[in-house]
Amino acid sequence: MGTRIIKLPDVGEGVAEAEIVEWHVEVGQSVLEDQLLAAVMTDKATVEIPSPVAGTVVALGAEVGNVLAVGAELVRLDVAGEGNEEVAAAPREAATPPAPAERPRAPVPPPALEPAAPSQPSPPVTRAPLGPPRPPGEKPIASPAVRRRARDAGVDLRQVRGTGPAGRIGYDDLDAFLRGGAKAGIAAARVANTDVETVKIIGLRRRIAQKMAESKRRVAHFSYVEEVDVTALEALRATLNAENRPDHPRLTLMPFLMQALVKAVADFPEMNALYDDEAETLERHGGVHIGIATQTPAGLMVPVVRHCESLSLWDCAAEVQRLAEAAREGRATRAELTGSTITITSLGALGGIVTTPVINRPEVAIIGVNKQVVRPVWQGAEFVPRTMMNLSSSFDHRVIDGYVAARFVQRVKGLLEAPATIFIEA
Amino acid sequence: MAEIAAKVLIVGGGPGGYVSAIRAGQLGLDVVLVEQGGLDGGLGGTCLNVGCIPSKALIHAADAYERAAEQAKSAPFGLRVEHPTIDFARTIEWKNGIVGRLTSGVGALLKRHRVKILQGRAVMVDGKTCRVETDTGPQIVSAEHVVLATGSVPTTLPALPFGGRIISSTEALSLPAVPERLAVVGAGYIGLELGTAFAKLGAKVTVIEAENRILPTYDDELVRPVVRRLRALGVEVLTRARAVGLSDAGDALRIEQEGAPARSIPADRILVAAGRRARITGFGLERLDLTMNGPFVQIDERCATSMRNVWAVGDLTGEPMLAHRAMAQGVVVAELIAGHRRVFDGAVIPAVCFTDPEIVTVGLSPDEARKAGHEVHTALFPFQANGRALTLGAEDGFVRVTARADNHLLLGIAAVGAGVSELAAAFGLALEMGSRLEDIGGTIHAHPTLGEAFHEASLRALGEALHI
Repeated sequence: MGTRIIKLPDVGEGVAEAEIVEWHVEVGQSVLEDQLLAAVMTDKATVEIPSPVAGTVVALGAEVGNVLAVGAELVRLDVAGEGNEEVAAAPREAATPPAPAERPRAPVPPPALEPAAPSQPSPPVTRAPLGPPRPPGEKPIASPAVRRRARDAGVDLRQVRGTGPAGRIGYDDLDAFLRGGAKAGIAAARVANTDVETVKIIGLRRRIAQKMAESKRRVAHFSYVEEVDVTALEALRATLNAENRPDHPRLTLMPFLMQALVKAVADFPEMNALYDDEAETLERHGGVHIGIATQTPAGLMVPVVRHCESLSLWDCAAEVQRLAEAAREGRATRAELTGSTITITSLGALGGIVTTPVINRPEVAIIGVNKQVVRPVWQGAEFVPRTMMNLSSSFDHRVIDGYVAARFVQRVKGLLEAPATIFIEA
Repeated sequence: MAEIAAKVLIVGGGPGGYVSAIRAGQLGLDVVLVEQGGLDGGLGGTCLNVGCIPSKALIHAADAYERAAEQAKSAPFGLRVEHPTIDFARTIEWKNGIVGRLTSGVGALLKRHRVKILQGRAVMVDGKTCRVETDTGPQIVSAEHVVLATGSVPTTLPALPFGGRIISSTEALSLPAVPERLAVVGAGYIGLELGTAFAKLGAKVTVIEAENRILPTYDDELVRPVVRRLRALGVEVLTRARAVGLSDAGDALRIEQEGAPARSIPADRILVAAGRRARITGFGLERLDLTMNGPFVQIDERCATSMRNVWAVGDLTGEPMLAHRAMAQGVVVAELIAGHRRVFDGAVIPAVCFTDPEIVTVGLSPDEARKAGHEVHTALFPFQANGRALTLGAEDGFVRVTARADNHLLLGIAAVGAGVSELAAAFGLALEMGSRLEDIGGTIHAHPTLGEAFHEASLRALGEALHI
């Protein structure tokens, strides 16, 4: 019997530390070789750490939310044979805690009135539990008499909780709802809720919090909003999608905007750049690596479509789709989540009129896409329905002047409004 | 021209209209009901005159005759019957007697509730006024509220216009004699109920159905016992077949069947039972310009149409075209007009098919429940294991329950078997009250009755069936 210390392995190039976001084991648990011990988070990617050996967990190196340096002790295991560390011999009993099943059972008190049913064969179908609160949209269950009485009293049964079997609403439930008159009827359903739930900000959420605060603290943000007539672009998009070619992914606005950005940053190299404010240098990049802000179940992630200047419209679309899926399913690798030189953020139909995006530091520009609306537009002699969309972009005023930003956005606007120009080689 | 003013004008004296009139009368409203009468109508509408009631009378007589004939052949329990015959004219007379009693009963009920009945054809002038052509001349009725309850009429097939040998269910219920050879176009419940009755009365019946099976709106499991029985009765069922018209001689029905050469079926009568369509013409509906829902008048949950104070109930408003739905709607409308707060909010509308054996369905089938997104428990109890069914000599069929898997709330109940139409009450009540499987399992059901199969099916869904 020996003790084996599992250290936090090197989980990625250039990663010096990682945060524990989840423990898959607890002290006292026996683990098999390759069984997952913990999930740790680096810059943005989550990495699962498996156990290299079989053994019993003696100690965990950190709590969830703590940051461990690479090489620090992650888990301490009791293993058969030689361990890799001499530790003060612990009492054996403590090292092998009793399995829960062997725990001595408290003597069953003599049954009072309730008949104890110790070993009833379980029926093939479990007895229905008391119904949970009705999911929204589900029809309330009530007898015709209760329904009629509710209607006469002007009560919408959807507001009444049913305490009967399967959530059935009975006379008692209606009485309880009605008690105290019409005012209390509503008030009863709306009591002050004094619950406070404390949620630990850990993992990705903490990473987002830090990055956002850092960006807002250090970058001199300014935002510039311009409206873009995307009628022609939408027509082109619809035409291309109507082709329905199996080898082509469906096009959203995103790949067009990406292609337009590639074109525009060629004229404005200061936009496709990283500003190292400590060294006071601006790295202008030849490659256009576009970060795509993506909502995932865990929170905001920015997977990166690399070298957009070398990708076709279809490639862009496919890559965005692939990366978004990978990010949502937590499969995105660290490489796929770093290295962007400019970022696009879009909320699609939820895009609103104007947003003030936060720059993905050390980048210097972020392009925000607002929702499309058909609006009457004055065209000389008459109002014409046009599909309009705003672009809300933020820039780092430390290195980008307002005049330059405005010209840059006008260039993007020009490309999007005459979409053919996106695809004309210079 | 005489002019009458009323609080409520009801157009149509069928189940929707007359029930609405009775309820409105009970509530003290001043009601005028217009009924055009004629061949396919009169007070009580299609249901009492040429639908539910007369067809059930005919089905009963046919069944009794067929049973007698069966005893003559095999006497399974020793009852000796020799050469039974049926005097069909007397059957029709008896049926007419029942219809007469019921329709005059409706008239009496309406009178008791001081409903003014106008015999004549109503034509709406606008949303508050109606012109009625009566025997004594035209009359104008103006009312605050109008209830449209014009019902439905048999669907006509362009290839087979009614007349001569080609009859609708209306004529089929008043034939002078049992036809020797009867072709039935449409294997819905109307075609099968009447087709089965005439087969029992001795007709050689052929049923033609365009779909790939009979009773296409019911699930396969429920229909199987009916298929077996039709076969035993010698009814020929042609599925995936289309009736294309009469033969040149006019004494046969030409049909086309998938994968078979076109042929003619000799027939003395051709019953076209291709469903029913809402009666939306002939009473000035177009002048009201109501919002339609396909071939039906669109209504909301209060049976209100798109025009204020114009209401519509019954077949006119769509499927299911069932008398009990129309009656329930009629009550809702009367109470709404009287100022009550009401909606048509029945949890289920039971449907019964008086085939042999009978089919009753209430709520969802297992497939429908799954499609509605529920995880379900479903179980059936066969009548073969039900004592009462055996003593009735009717062991084909079953009761089937469908419940939510999570809380065991019943979603649907169905049965097929002799006499199961009477179980519709228990099934409907169970669903309307929001019963769970345990509620049915915990209810003591009388022994020996067919209803025990409902009890056992519910227990079986819980894994606790006792008699199987």
